[in-house]
Amino acid sequence: MTTETLLYLEGVSVTFDGFKALNNLNLDVGTNEMRAIIGPNGAGKTTMMDVITGKTRPDEGRVSFRDVTLTTMDETAIANIGIGRKFQKPTVFESHTVWDNLELAMKAPRSSFASLRWSLTGEQLERISKTLERINLTPAAKQLAGNLSHGQKQWLEIGMLLMQEPELLLVDEPVAGMTDAETEKTAMLLRDIAQTAAVVVVEHDMDFVRALDVRVTVLHEGSVLAEGSLDTVQNNQRVIDVYLGR
Amino acid sequence: MIAKTFMPLLGRAGFIFLAVLALIGIGMPVLNLFTSPDSILHVPDYAVTLGGKYLCYALLALSVDLVWGYCGILSLGHGAFFALGGYAMGMYMMRQIGARGVYGNAELPDFMVFLNWQVLPWYWHGFEYFTFAILMVVLAPGLLALVFGWFAFRSRVTGVYLSIITQAMTYALLLAFFRNDMGFGGNNGLTDFKDILGFSVQAASTRAALFMLSALALGLCFIIARKIVDSKFGKIIIGIRDAESRTRFLGYRVENYKLFIFVISAIMAGIAGALYVPQVGIINPSEFAPSNSIEAVIWTAFGGRGTLWGAALGAVVINAVKSYLTGALPNAWLFVLGALAIVVTIYMPKGLAGLFSGWSKVRANKPLKQTLSEAAE
Repeated sequence: MTTETLLYLEGVSVTFDGFKALNNLNLDVGTNEMRAIIGPNGAGKTTMMDVITGKTRPDEGRVSFRDVTLTTMDETAIANIGIGRKFQKPTVFESHTVWDNLELAMKAPRSSFASLRWSLTGEQLERISKTLERINLTPAAKQLAGNLSHGQKQWLEIGMLLMQEPELLLVDEPVAGMTDAETEKTAMLLRDIAQTAAVVVVEHDMDFVRALDVRVTVLHEGSVLAEGSLDTVQNNQRVIDVYLGR
Repeated sequence: MIAKTFMPLLGRAGFIFLAVLALIGIGMPVLNLFTSPDSILHVPDYAVTLGGKYLCYALLALSVDLVWGYCGILSLGHGAFFALGGYAMGMYMMRQIGARGVYGNAELPDFMVFLNWQVLPWYWHGFEYFTFAILMVVLAPGLLALVFGWFAFRSRVTGVYLSIITQAMTYALLLAFFRNDMGFGGNNGLTDFKDILGFSVQAASTRAALFMLSALALGLCFIIARKIVDSKFGKIIIGIRDAESRTRFLGYRVENYKLFIFVISAIMAGIAGALYVPQVGIINPSEFAPSNSIEAVIWTAFGGRGTLWGAALGAVVINAVKSYLTGALPNAWLFVLGALAIVVTIYMPKGLAGLFSGWSKVRANKPLKQTLSEAAE
């Protein structure tokens, strides 16, 4: 790996009522790297994202982003230093239009008073239009997000991440509930995003992971089981035993 | 001309609401003061007072709608802010009584003389000045909301738990204000007011002026609230209502947004209370009763959440029905209120405003399918 490390997890453990959701997890992701995370249910994929984004505090271990320690920060602060997150269940503002969803997500001063006085500049208008274009939702711009299809909501949420201009995107199951054509488009979109930002994708869909064509980390029982190209991990006997072979 | 300027700013419904409010706000007092009592156009004095009371309730409902309809904070304690505003105004009017009280003590209100108090408690100082009292009308509810909200929202108390602690807050204040040694008149509260800014509170002209002021306050608060909810700030609090964690992960300080809108709303409720007290002539601890706050929520739900004008309309309609029923069928009122709460929840989730907006949408020739799917939601 030639790029420098952007996200770094070392010895992270999280216990819920005696259940070790994460067990001495180590992971590092480089600048502009795209990484796929796979693993059986309960392997700790979502918990890992919760820890990175400040939703869950680890019992022990270190999490840092650039040189910043994340474990003492809350969700809002972490979002504002450049980490965006897409949830497993697409979460958009259903009673706002697609356009408004993007406008609210756009990188801008976040204080109450700034929001009261807010108005769009021409340049920002342009950015929203471009993002709409990128996520294929230009015709739906004025529609309520609640009326979008499941796949469109996934795209909108990715679009919202883009508007935040994060350095790191955490994307949880982006193609769940998508048709094959949509899945393919999503893979293209994420690869495109990875040109300018680091992307961590959690996904079950192996065809999708193959289409991403990136380094894969396999999680199992809260720690890393294997890491490498998809072919390497698919041929790893331990991975076959606990995950792929079943 | 006026319509063209304000229509885009307030929306059609908001514009109609303000126009009707202006008409009533000017028309009722004029018809009360300047027509002879024999005229069919004459508005009797009691109707002006009653109407003024409704307008204060409408402002309270609007303030509830601002936090509940837009930000999803179901406050079951907004009556407390209303009552605090009312007490601040009541204290001013108590001080205005001066030596005209039953005991003729120029320094102390009657109830303090009755309790054998020798000096005015420190927190009563300043209330002889109208401007100070007005400041307190804003500050007392505002500060309570700020402190309460700061703790509640930072600890991420949401949903039904928040509703319960707001209810506890108003109940605690109810018990506190009942105590004589609190120095707010205990059980009897503050009453026997003589005048406000030198005008007799009994005079028809004062009543008419208070009515106009209530309409004005409602109109101004409506415009302010509309401006807030139409701004990006408003869209964010709607986002908090619908997907709080999404808002947080986008980098917004959810607790600050909630606190801001909660404080603004509490201040509006306080202003409503301050206008209410001189019109009804009394403020006592029962205004803190949890049931009052719950009623305000029912008005808001009945009128339609998230429209502002709907909440105000709901307050007026329900209270008009209440006034009629408590006279005509005194035992029926609580049953009607209960039934109304159920009917609204099940059949009219968008309240009265939903009926109107459904009607205007069909008229606007939207595709029928879209209208239906919206109606189904």
